[in-house]
Amino acid sequence: MKKVHVSTTINGDPYEFLCAPDESLLDVLRDRLGLTGSKEGCGTGDCGACSVTLNGRLVCSCLVLGAEAEGAEIATIEGMADGDDLHPLQQHFIDHAALQCGICTPGILVAARALLEKNPDPTDEELRYWLAGNLCRCTGYDKIIRAVQAAAAEMRGA
Amino acid sequence: MRYLAANTAHEAAEALASEPGLSRILAGGTDVLVQLKAGMVEPDLVVDIKRIPGIRTISAEAGGFRVGAAVSGAELGEHAGLCALWPGIAEGFQLIGSTQVQGRATMAGNLCNGSPAADSVPPLVAANAVARITGPDGDRDVPIADIPTGPGRTTLKKGEVITSIFLPARPDRAADAYLRFIPRTEMDIAVASAAVSLELDPSGTVRSARVALGAVAPTVVAVEAAASCLIGTSLDDEALARMAAACEAACAPIDDKRGTIEFRTRTAGVLARRAALIAYARAGGSK
Repeated sequence: MKKVHVSTTINGDPYEFLCAPDESLLDVLRDRLGLTGSKEGCGTGDCGACSVTLNGRLVCSCLVLGAEAEGAEIATIEGMADGDDLHPLQQHFIDHAALQCGICTPGILVAARALLEKNPDPTDEELRYWLAGNLCRCTGYDKIIRAVQAAAAEMRGA
Repeated sequence: MRYLAANTAHEAAEALASEPGLSRILAGGTDVLVQLKAGMVEPDLVVDIKRIPGIRTISAEAGGFRVGAAVSGAELGEHAGLCALWPGIAEGFQLIGSTQVQGRATMAGNLCNGSPAADSVPPLVAANAVARITGPDGDRDVPIADIPTGPGRTTLKKGEVITSIFLPARPDRAADAYLRFIPRTEMDIAVASAAVSLELDPSGTVRSARVALGAVAPTVVAVEAAASCLIGTSLDDEALARMAAACEAACAPIDDKRGTIEFRTRTAGVLARRAALIAYARAGGSK
């Protein structure tokens, strides 16, 4: 299969890669670029563990072809912390024990950030609907909701 | 598999028409990439249409809106003018999948995937929306209702691509609504669904109506007999009961673990009645 050459921007940095035409953006991120923060849960867009933003839109990177990243702006979990300084969402996830196994966490953080950029003060209901495509089988979700709300409150105050 | 990001609709149509093997059109990819992953299709050519100029924009046209075939649910939901003119189309489309899926999914893709349970299709049928199709020989306009022919099948010919969907103008005092039944509140596929579009006269009498049902037949069905029960009425109980009965009569659903024939049939009528009342209120009718 002839490979496709792609130039793209990830977390503000320019990247170039070759990928197979049927290779997902998730596989490119993980297997070609070493950005293993995005996880593969289902691979079919149901679980949200591979969530990234593509040109500012929250998407499942398993449902995007690597070839589609040409000229795009992608943001992954790797771009969330500022060096050693965790993003408020990350810090509050730790403080509220909003994770156990951690597989869903990068996707939920990326998704929650996308919501707070759009709506800095969501209701719990808005938050739960927004995160309906991010499955967590450990926490029961309540701690996630509390952590996101605490981070949102801190970010509104900041 | 080869990947082609077409720069014009004509280029896409030519590439699809001249491909001897299996091809797929890539818009939002929320169905196509799942099918690739599952090995349900092994296309020789995938044509990405998202770089075609205008295909990701919503433009005002003749009092209505032309929605590019690659406009996502998230983009459509942010278009205040469209959501005000066709609230039922906006709500049907935005019921599909998760936030992540909404970031990519398209109405044209939902239509071409050919599912009888496609949530964006009943409101498009009720709206008399029209798909613009580009083929190797040029463009043609086709009512949405004439595109699906059965689960996974459409009337699109080899080399044809939907490039936009036109939502027509509406008079004042007109609105639509869409409801579906799923056994939970989010992230599921309709067991039965109904879209109703109404135009009222100044006294609140229904001047014209369209009713379309989803997930109760091999394709989404427009039920003219149901719509005619509403015309000339103010949605009194008797008119609504006759309309629901006409909906039930139009149902020919499957019987599976998600819903029996009896349940889907009854639910379609109930949803149509409720959707009619929502559309009526949105159109400014008071009861």
